[in-house]
Amino acid sequence: MENSSTNSRFRSSLFNHDDEDQDKEYVGFATLPNQVHRKSVKKGFDFTLMVAGESGLGKSTLVNSLFLTDLYKDRKLLNAEERITQTVEITKHTVDIEEKGVKLKLTIVDTPGFGDAVNNTECWKSVADYIDQQFEQYFRDESGLNRKNIQDNRVHCCLYFISPFGHGLRPLDVEFMKALHEKVNIVPVLAKADTLTPSEVKKKKFKIREEIEQYGIKIYQFPDCDSDEDEEFKQQDQELKDSIPFAVIGSNTVVEAKGRRVRGRLYPWGIVEVENSAHCDFVKLRNMLVRTHMQDLKDVTRETHYENYRAHCIQSMTRMVVKERNRNKLTRESGTDFPIPTGPGLADTETEKLIREKDEEVRHRAEHGHGHDHQHGHDLNNEHVHEHNHGHDHEHEHGHEQHQDPHVEHEAHSEHHPPYPEGS
Amino acid sequence: MREDTVQELQLELEVPAQMEEREREVEEEERGEEEMEQPPCTLTESGPQGLIQGKDLFGYVGIEAVLDQMRRKTMKAGFEFNIMVVGQSGLGKSTLVNTLFKSKVSRKSCTPNYEEKISKTVHLQSVSHVIEEKGVKMKLTVIDTPGFGDQINNENCWEPIVSYVNEQYEKYLREELHVNRKRRIPDSRVHCCIYFLPATGHRLRPIDVEFMKRLGKIVSIVPVIAKADTLTMEERQDFKQRIRQDLQVNGIRVYPQREYDEDTEDRILNDKIRESIPFAVVGTDKEHQVNGNKVLGRKTKWGIIEVENVAHCEFANLRDLLIRSHLQDLKDVTHNIHYETYRVRRLNESNANGMALSPLSLENGTLDKSETDSHL
Repeated sequence: MENSSTNSRFRSSLFNHDDEDQDKEYVGFATLPNQVHRKSVKKGFDFTLMVAGESGLGKSTLVNSLFLTDLYKDRKLLNAEERITQTVEITKHTVDIEEKGVKLKLTIVDTPGFGDAVNNTECWKSVADYIDQQFEQYFRDESGLNRKNIQDNRVHCCLYFISPFGHGLRPLDVEFMKALHEKVNIVPVLAKADTLTPSEVKKKKFKIREEIEQYGIKIYQFPDCDSDEDEEFKQQDQELKDSIPFAVIGSNTVVEAKGRRVRGRLYPWGIVEVENSAHCDFVKLRNMLVRTHMQDLKDVTRETHYENYRAHCIQSMTRMVVKERNRNKLTRESGTDFPIPTGPGLADTETEKLIREKDEEVRHRAEHGHGHDHQHGHDLNNEHVHEHNHGHDHEHEHGHEQHQDPHVEHEAHSEHHPPYPEGS
Repeated sequence: MREDTVQELQLELEVPAQMEEREREVEEEERGEEEMEQPPCTLTESGPQGLIQGKDLFGYVGIEAVLDQMRRKTMKAGFEFNIMVVGQSGLGKSTLVNTLFKSKVSRKSCTPNYEEKISKTVHLQSVSHVIEEKGVKMKLTVIDTPGFGDQINNENCWEPIVSYVNEQYEKYLREELHVNRKRRIPDSRVHCCIYFLPATGHRLRPIDVEFMKRLGKIVSIVPVIAKADTLTMEERQDFKQRIRQDLQVNGIRVYPQREYDEDTEDRILNDKIRESIPFAVVGTDKEHQVNGNKVLGRKTKWGIIEVENVAHCEFANLRDLLIRSHLQDLKDVTHNIHYETYRVRRLNESNANGMALSPLSLENGTLDKSETDSHL
């Protein structure tokens, strides 16, 4: 007994001792996720979703069903004559949704007119241009001086609607997806799936998956789950992957089925329930989009598509610089008539002033030597930032000022400098 | 001359008297007396249009037996019916044709290695079958148009179809102009063109308008809403109304055309049809059990869509229109109106060009096929 009491005392002292030890060892960063969570909730999220596909495939209805809003209240349907002259438009609807204190700024980008004309050659061009524009905008903002409130308008996900009436992918579907699969996350969706019997759905999905592979289209891949996840999760994940393309049905109306009020479509032969997973994959799509993979879609957009765009952009800029420099070597002309990729609405005088400033700095550095790769990288962080901001003038100017060897070095620098730390 | 006039006058005076006599006789007959009276055997008008009513006859002539004769002859000879189906791939054209004629008559069912691939160009393929029902034989030809509307650039995808239709008219015309004509000219003219509209629920698309504008002038078009099981009843009505509006605005005439209604009876019947086109159809070749009956239908998780149930879709209406009530009319309209229009145009063209398209010139070989084709 005494032993035990002493033991307990001993133990308790031990315990205290452990506690102190624990205090010493416990750093406390396990609470970081909570902190991040709190901050994000305060800041709110944003998400840009693009819907593309021919008219009449239920895109608007599906969007309304997904987010339980009515974004298309007063829409007018164009008649055939009006549609003949219409080109593909890009329309944006933004809506702020709040649920349990979490705010989501949702932007839906629609593409009315896509695939409607008799001749649809390159009708995806305006869509691709729009996506590139958003990337460019972000590129500039990111390279700008004030990066506090950058608006992220990049398209995070594109739902492409495949018609259930065809035998799989149509030529237009293939061309669209191939033009955009490296710019945006494409999630193919089989529209108006209530026109298909279960076996038809299966056959079509299989055919579409086959054709996607056959044509080398890179649709959004769900990340593989970690090997230490539990079986149920893995199974769900596998089910999700096997359901591509999602066979969806949308509805703006609520109907009465078996005494319950559900979102659905009322037919003489039965009621289709939108949220019934036996009827369609709407729930899977919604969960994927909103509940489980929204962050991943944004990450892939940021890490893969945007970086591709950026690398491509920078490469083409440097290529232009090299070309011009080579041309100047031959002709010894002054370099003020470079084809400068102009930024939107910049005053020329401002540009010129900055160009002159930059020239001074570069001449300085050239005199001081070229060994400061790392430093160069850091220093040039801001410099490059300025360059990009002012229509990429400085690269050209640099090229103009420096001579042979510094040229090469400079190129090397600009091509090999480390990628920018992510701002967001 | 004066005598003549007097005679004429007398005649005129007599006729009313005769008329009164006849009227009295008719009244007597109507009172139920036997037709033992001898009617006046005048060849002058005894009615407004020279019509002798059956009840005026004093015996059974047997004129109505001509119907039997006709029936027997046509049964022996059989009917020909050429139907063309046009629409994007995957709209259920082959299935619908099979369902309409309750047999495997479509190209899909007949080609051994049929693959559902989208072809790069529009080419027409026709498949013929002889179907028999209750001793009546029908040679049915289904003309399919794979590749229509499937490409990214569909400009002029209707041209091969227009050429095909005109070629058939040309063939018939030549046969007709031959000195030694066949007893029955083989009729490959397109009697009916079913145009499949995808069930978008919105309106006619530009390609629909372009196609129907051009082909409505040379063939009888019957537009249908394909795979209509994706539209609720309200959506269906709205869609149809918008389509009818679009058709009117663009001046597209679909079958049954209002101008060809022969009499009020036809008009009433056809008006009803015109109010419900385009028919919203669903097709299938599978059968399921519903309430103990075997029905043609599509089975989904939320119910069975019965193809022949008019509450579900309008397949039965389409079938009745095409086969049970208006099949002969379709052929007549094609022969009397579309073909004649073509013929007149061709003859005028060839006259204008100084090369008269006549039996003589054809036989003499003075008119080459290439020359006539260039006039098309």
